[in-house]
Amino acid sequence: MKLTKRMFLGLAASTAFVAMPLAALADGWTPKRPIDFTIMAGAGGGADQIARFVQSVVEANDMTNRPLIPTNRGGGSGAEALLHLKDARDADHTIMVTLNSFYTTPIRQEGLGIDIETFTPITMMGVDPFVLWVHKDSGITTFEEYVAKVQEMDGDFVMGGTGSGQEDSIVIAAMSDAYDLKIKYIPYDGGGAVAKDLAGKQIMATVNNPAEAKGFYEAGEFVPLLAFSDERMPAYPDVPTMKEKGHDFSYYNQRAIVGAPGMSAEAAAYYREVFGKVYKGADWQGYLTAESLSPLPMDEGETRAYWSVQVENHRKLLSALEGGS
Amino acid sequence: MEVLTFLTDGVLLALAPTNLFLILIGVTVGLFIGAMPGLGSVNGVAILLPITFLVPPASAIIFLAAIYYGAMYGGAISSVTLGIPGASTAVATTFDGRPLALKGRASLALVTAAIASFIGGTVANIFFTLFAPLLAFLALSFGPPEIFALMLLAFATFVGLGGDDIPKTIFSICFGLVLATVGFDTISGEPRLVLFDIPGFLRGIGFIVLAIGVYGIGEMLWTIEQTRGEITTTNPKMTVRGMASDTKEAIRDGWKGTWIGSFIGFFVGILPAAGATPGSLMSYGVAKMVSRRSEEFGQGSVDGVAAPEAANNSASTGSMLPMLTLGIPGSPTTAILLGGMVIWGLTPGPRLFVDESEFVWGLIGSFYISNLAALLINLAFIPLFIWMLRMPFTILAPLIFVLSIVGGFAAARSMHDIWLIVIFGIAAFFMRKFDYPLAPAVLAIVLGPIAEPTLRQSLLLSSGDPMIFLTRPIAGPITVIAVILILLPAIKLLRKGRRPSEA
Repeated sequence: MKLTKRMFLGLAASTAFVAMPLAALADGWTPKRPIDFTIMAGAGGGADQIARFVQSVVEANDMTNRPLIPTNRGGGSGAEALLHLKDARDADHTIMVTLNSFYTTPIRQEGLGIDIETFTPITMMGVDPFVLWVHKDSGITTFEEYVAKVQEMDGDFVMGGTGSGQEDSIVIAAMSDAYDLKIKYIPYDGGGAVAKDLAGKQIMATVNNPAEAKGFYEAGEFVPLLAFSDERMPAYPDVPTMKEKGHDFSYYNQRAIVGAPGMSAEAAAYYREVFGKVYKGADWQGYLTAESLSPLPMDEGETRAYWSVQVENHRKLLSALEGGS
Repeated sequence: MEVLTFLTDGVLLALAPTNLFLILIGVTVGLFIGAMPGLGSVNGVAILLPITFLVPPASAIIFLAAIYYGAMYGGAISSVTLGIPGASTAVATTFDGRPLALKGRASLALVTAAIASFIGGTVANIFFTLFAPLLAFLALSFGPPEIFALMLLAFATFVGLGGDDIPKTIFSICFGLVLATVGFDTISGEPRLVLFDIPGFLRGIGFIVLAIGVYGIGEMLWTIEQTRGEITTTNPKMTVRGMASDTKEAIRDGWKGTWIGSFIGFFVGILPAAGATPGSLMSYGVAKMVSRRSEEFGQGSVDGVAAPEAANNSASTGSMLPMLTLGIPGSPTTAILLGGMVIWGLTPGPRLFVDESEFVWGLIGSFYISNLAALLINLAFIPLFIWMLRMPFTILAPLIFVLSIVGGFAAARSMHDIWLIVIFGIAAFFMRKFDYPLAPAVLAIVLGPIAEPTLRQSLLLSSGDPMIFLTRPIAGPITVIAVILILLPAIKLLRKGRRPSEA
């Protein structure tokens, strides 16, 4: 039998025709290129740690057929990452690890023209609570003593944080407002630097995620005074919450995976499957416990609703922050 | 001696077959990653981090630390052979390494770099082993005012770097400082100087981008224009005897720079805000200042290669210290290592030495082994790099362009950076043509982002009172020395200026 060009084409076409729906049925959508895994913060911070942890779990268990390529795009407090996703040329292969600048940066920098409601929810990996810390040498052991001390120093009490409009400054502003505190606030460029300067007693108190302060807490250097979570945290059962103290305020840093706007439903389903597996896996559950993150599983609809609530909340918190200072 | 027992156990752990194998692989991989312009240890460690899940945590960090070490050695290779800093830590190595290579003494520069790196690393290891907890305490006592004072000192040691034309030097520093402020302002939390509203500027202008533009593209254009494509390196030769005599010469002429670099590098390296790059730049400045033959600096001084190379290795060990004892990264690379430790289920911080003593001492033991391995592997590869230099310039030049562009892209995967590299390259060519020194601009873009926030934090702390830099016990003396150093050339200049008029 002589293989003519036409016959060859015909064969190829029929093979493709037969093979195509089968592949589609078996696996649904799968990535065709390496996946752009954008991190909304610089190297070494909390978001970066989580992103690299997740990437490692995915790689170690061979969960995707194409690799995740993590890239730090922390510029402009996450604006760089948001723009990167908004203008992604290939939305199906572009995902991002977020923190709360996901909400605050589009509000603070309206010129960017970012509407996060256009982004594609993938998986909520957990939320990171905040805790008020002082150094053990300060002699302060309860929140009431802290309030008394700050009021006594009348504006000379120094706290460090990651900058105006950042998560901890929102918490500090809410706390100062509720208890009528005057605080001298020094911005740093990362939670790690803040914790270090509390350890060195350059500053007097901080609002840090437990993960950032854990090492010093376990060594007995840091004393936790107040948690800004809804309920007491399992790892810190003796630390009261602000809610218990009679002020309805809680605040968390969101650790979520988000897809680029315009991602196809099939691709989103694929990533939800992958990161859903990571979320349920022993590695991630162990991380949640060890670093005191709270689980907050949500489906797509719930996430969208959560986003609009968060955007509204942050709009209020930020305008209070700007009005107050 | 309790420490010695711990250390022996650690060294034995590092010598276990798997770990030793990982060290050799890590150092070699690191060497080549470091030698690629643009790619430094931070990229190597980040790329290979997921691989480390296959081995126990102690082996994993030993592997990553070996890459870090290898990259510190490797950075010198492209600084010397190509004239492009392989990593930000090796920028000062180009100042004298490149001139040496152009004189046909590339092998001397590379041997000096290797030996100085080895000594720097060893000195740092010994400090680390003996005084880790004490030094951690010292690092903590450096708050914003102290770090700013230190940056002032770093600028001061570099006042003489730009040659004699002070207005042009100042212009170059200001140019670098302006570039350093582009991007995002941590203090106010607002973007600033986002030129032409191009989103790429939100990230700021990275040191690597400027360095590759200035040294990779700018220098190449300059060389091409000067030589019209004639071969510039004068027939570098490489023999065993040549290497032996290079070693002798490196030790004879570079010992002073090596010691200066080893000590300064380590102490700057342990400060979390500073790290290896300022450490190596400061060492270069100090080595030049105390040298009796300071006029040779910039023309191909052996001390000028030894000081920054000893410093960057010493500082890379030093920057492990705050990471392990405080859980605070001293450099971008240790930030990734720190993330790795969290992933492996370890809590870096004050308890690590007690709770995970086997891990910590295994790592410290591996520093000694990695350092030795890096020296030997590096020396073994020097002939290869020298051989590369013998390529005709017409082949080498396009290769360098390609390496610059690829390396510049790989660091942040951004086309924006590539355009900047090209623009900086052309700008650097013209600055060079009009005799503007470029090193101060590069220095400013490294130190600016550290100096500016610490200055503003300090002034916030003191409610605007600049006396904070003089009244604090550590910041005070450093500031005074820095101010004296800054004024010294001015005083000399005044005297010089007066003498002829008197005569």
